Amino acid sequence: MNYAVLVPMIVFLLIIFFIGYWASRKLSTTSNFVSDYFLGGRELGGFVLAMTMVATYGSASSFLGGPGTAYTMGFGWVLLAMSQVVTGYFVLMILGKKYAIMARRYKAITMIDFLKSRYDSSAVVLLSALSIIIFLFSAMAAQWIGGARLVESLTGLSYNSALFLFAISVLVYVTIGGFRAVALTDAVQGAVMLIGTLILLIAVIIAGGGIPNIVNDLINENPSLVTPYGAEGDLSAAYVSSFWILVGVGVVGLPQIAVRAMSYKNSRSMHRALIIGTIVTGFIMLNMHLIGVFARPVMPGIEIGDKVIPLIALETLPPWVAGIVLAAPMAAIMSTVDSLLLLVSSSIVKDVYLNYIKPDATIKTIKRVSFGVTGILGVIVFLLALDPPDLLIFLNLFAFGGLEAAFIWPIVLGLYWKWGNKYGAIASMATGIITYIGLHFYNLENGNLFGVHTVTLPVLLSLVAFIAFSLLIGRKAYNYNASSIK
Amino acid sequence: MEETDWRFKVAHREAKIGVGLALFNFVWWFGFAYGMGSRPVEEYSYVFGLPDWFFYSCVVGFLVIAVLVIVIVKFFFTDVPFEEEEDLQ
Repeated sequence: MNYAVLVPMIVFLLIIFFIGYWASRKLSTTSNFVSDYFLGGRELGGFVLAMTMVATYGSASSFLGGPGTAYTMGFGWVLLAMSQVVTGYFVLMILGKKYAIMARRYKAITMIDFLKSRYDSSAVVLLSALSIIIFLFSAMAAQWIGGARLVESLTGLSYNSALFLFAISVLVYVTIGGFRAVALTDAVQGAVMLIGTLILLIAVIIAGGGIPNIVNDLINENPSLVTPYGAEGDLSAAYVSSFWILVGVGVVGLPQIAVRAMSYKNSRSMHRALIIGTIVTGFIMLNMHLIGVFARPVMPGIEIGDKVIPLIALETLPPWVAGIVLAAPMAAIMSTVDSLLLLVSSSIVKDVYLNYIKPDATIKTIKRVSFGVTGILGVIVFLLALDPPDLLIFLNLFAFGGLEAAFIWPIVLGLYWKWGNKYGAIASMATGIITYIGLHFYNLENGNLFGVHTVTLPVLLSLVAFIAFSLLIGRKAYNYNASSIK
Repeated sequence: MEETDWRFKVAHREAKIGVGLALFNFVWWFGFAYGMGSRPVEEYSYVFGLPDWFFYSCVVGFLVIAVLVIVIVKFFFTDVPFEEEEDLQ
């Protein structure tokens, strides 16, 4: 076991625990438990808001898988990854002030609260709660597996013990601290990612003898590595561009991102978050994907993409620095997991339990149910991750693209298009999910339709469905001002 | 006809700016990457050791967008209150 690597990681985890504990003390003095636990009482400042969005978004797939793919594909994959810079400003600019104002007026705490008030329909609420619970639950479980594998490869613990360690650390502070603890730890984790990737990038450049030298080695190995088309020349412009929807502008439709866009204190926080978020996202994405490409001549022959970052860190850095740097992917996984856990639990407690099962629950009951549901969810995910069933892996494939296709138009057009109504929203969600799953199988069999990523067409079709059904059935203009009359 | 909340006018304008910025971002990114990157590798030049298409598309592109976001937010975005005000109606 590598103690020099392990100790900095454990210190990191302890700091995270402390923050969760501190945030929970603030929670116990509050008067509005539900809003505080699931939304941090709408008081996030600019820095924390920016970091929590970056950290939630920078999941295991982008942190371990992304650089791993860049290692195989070359500069073409870094180009693709840079399409994510747009998320840094786009989400907050599009949802922006109108979402913040409407969410407060509706007293919305979750994205579903917003949809509920806007469309005034139980079908919309239940359909969206169901898709969030199913898809995000699977996404979360997949992240737990990734986290446990990382702990496993670093510590030499068995997979089961690694999973246990990981599960305990996530559960303790999510259950106790709620959204504020999650957002605060995200801020710390975002900072760790930022500094960690920078240190590692510099170390890799030094180990490779400077950038010109590294690029030269790449050209000697395979000139295609330095083109935008990938090592095999199979990254087409259309395919890479379609990632602007999947990981760029489509992120507006992800519930875990959208809920953050209603959590900030005032417009000044939002302005700061726009600037910090854009810079931090771009910086982290550029750094960590370049690390992947530059690692190739430094450490040739790594077979498993996910291992590129851990291996290159252990190779090029002194052990204790490697420990701190490797806390970065750990941070990315944990912050994604904890926000997903909280979101799934809020869908169950807030959107289903409080709306339909027991609307008159007392504060004490809500508290008990919230802690309980969050805890039980954690235990179920843990048990599933011990021996992941195929269905879970399967659902996880649809999680991001499917949710984007389902929610992007009900949210965006619900905010800005007065003709949008519940029929449009239901049709849009159903179309998005069904065509996404259908097209996924079509693309597996026949290669990508029109050469673009699976998410592209479902997003367009759900737009058509939203507009068509809103205009054809129950056509009525929504008055955005009316609900302010008490 | 009821007057539109003034804050919504601000919000609508800023959302349009967001769409415009994303389009500009995409054109810059795509133009340099595939405009310059389609040449044969032997013709690439290198800036700070990086292939020119990549440098202009991803490194300079990122810096330009970061500066634009700062300028837009500082000079074109308006502070608005989020809570409901008494004098709204």
